[in-house]
Amino acid sequence: MLRIRQLSRPGLAPFDLDLADGECVALSGPSGAGKTILLRAVADLDPNQGSVSLDGVGREDMAAPQWRARVCYLAAEAGWWADTVAPHFPDGRAAAAQFAELGLPPDALGWSLARASTGERQRLALARVLLLAPRVMLLDEPTSGLDPEAAARVEAILSARLEQGAALLLVTHATEQAGRMAQRRLTIEGGRLTEGPP
Amino acid sequence: MTLISLSFADVALSAVLLVVNAALSLILRLGLARRMAIAAARMVVQLLLMGLVLKVLFALSSPIFTSLTALVMVLFAGREVIARQKRRLAGPWAYGIGTTAMLFAGTMVTVFALTTQIRPEPWFEPRVALPLMGMILGNTMTGVSLGIDRLLTGAVDARAAIEARLALGHDRTEAMGGVVREALRTGLVPTINSMSAIGLVFIPGMMTGQILAGVAPMEAVKYQLLIMFLIAGGTAFGVLGAVLAGSRRLSDSRHRLRLDRLSKAAGD
Repeated sequence: MLRIRQLSRPGLAPFDLDLADGECVALSGPSGAGKTILLRAVADLDPNQGSVSLDGVGREDMAAPQWRARVCYLAAEAGWWADTVAPHFPDGRAAAAQFAELGLPPDALGWSLARASTGERQRLALARVLLLAPRVMLLDEPTSGLDPEAAARVEAILSARLEQGAALLLVTHATEQAGRMAQRRLTIEGGRLTEGPP
Repeated sequence: MTLISLSFADVALSAVLLVVNAALSLILRLGLARRMAIAAARMVVQLLLMGLVLKVLFALSSPIFTSLTALVMVLFAGREVIARQKRRLAGPWAYGIGTTAMLFAGTMVTVFALTTQIRPEPWFEPRVALPLMGMILGNTMTGVSLGIDRLLTGAVDARAAIEARLALGHDRTEAMGGVVREALRTGLVPTINSMSAIGLVFIPGMMTGQILAGVAPMEAVKYQLLIMFLIAGGTAFGVLGAVLAGSRRLSDSRHRLRLDRLSKAAGD
């Protein structure tokens, strides 16, 4: 479904990658190896070369916002553009349902972000992505700040999305998580992508 | 009342105040004496030169020399805008955006005032056109430099928020909306503040000058109102143009935030 050919940018050697419907690929590598810039390049957030297409449609043939809503990147530390939770969720009812699934209380929509814990913010940020129902999710350590129970919930939600046909490129440091979630493992080191676990 | 002419000795006497302050700065080790002296010396030389230039220009009353002078004023204003920025766009954009915005806003507002309200004969009469352009430009320059500075600093500070929106499929106008609005507000606040305080807190410089020169207060007030409207209009156009152009330059057609188009700031 997602087809990447010779994608490169400074700090990232050209690579090819295919993601099929329902496939999860885990990406690991040491800090600074290029995991984040790889995800950002696929989402087209930085200038890059190469061809990327989704379901046969080239990235350049659709407007960038449209591309990013379908091939959605979530940073390890997500940004917020207001002080409270609500402005980040245009559809409050859908948000409340998603919060419940993620184990967040229904009144989270009224929170100020300053009082939310790291793990809560991480799940709120993930909720923004899940609500878009993207075809491909590019997630940068989505469970790094979560306790095992919350992490298991997130994994269950992601697995359900995979079953529905979404694809997932998952940056993770946790070998067990990669083992549970991913059909394939990739390693990046010094900007070079290789097949297999580290 | 007739104009009371000043001798250069009178002017020198007023400078004593500054000398006293410089001495205080030396005693209190504020480190301001040198900067004060340089700024004062610059002011004296620049204004004396300007007096000489204006004398010649007024005598010539040439449309070409008048517009060339106005252009030089804009170019200097552009340099001043850059000097006041903490971060700068890389390449010619740093100078180009602010200067172009001021050139358009300043020229448009000045020509509008000359041809429809003040209507001197001829309409480009340098005695009217140049001081008018100067006042509009001076204020527009302050607004533009504040606006651009806030835009560039804001974009760097709000990078995570802007990119979070872009990553969720928002377009660049939405994603940068908060930063752009804040920059516009910052650029326009001094003008808005001075409109509210004028007449209550201070008598503006131009009106003071006219009154000292023997003009009736109501005549001076009418001129001051006209000037303030022109200044507010010019500043608003200039700030809007510069901030919008700057925000376009900080993003690209693929709706990416392009902080790589900033030159490296000192301390980065």
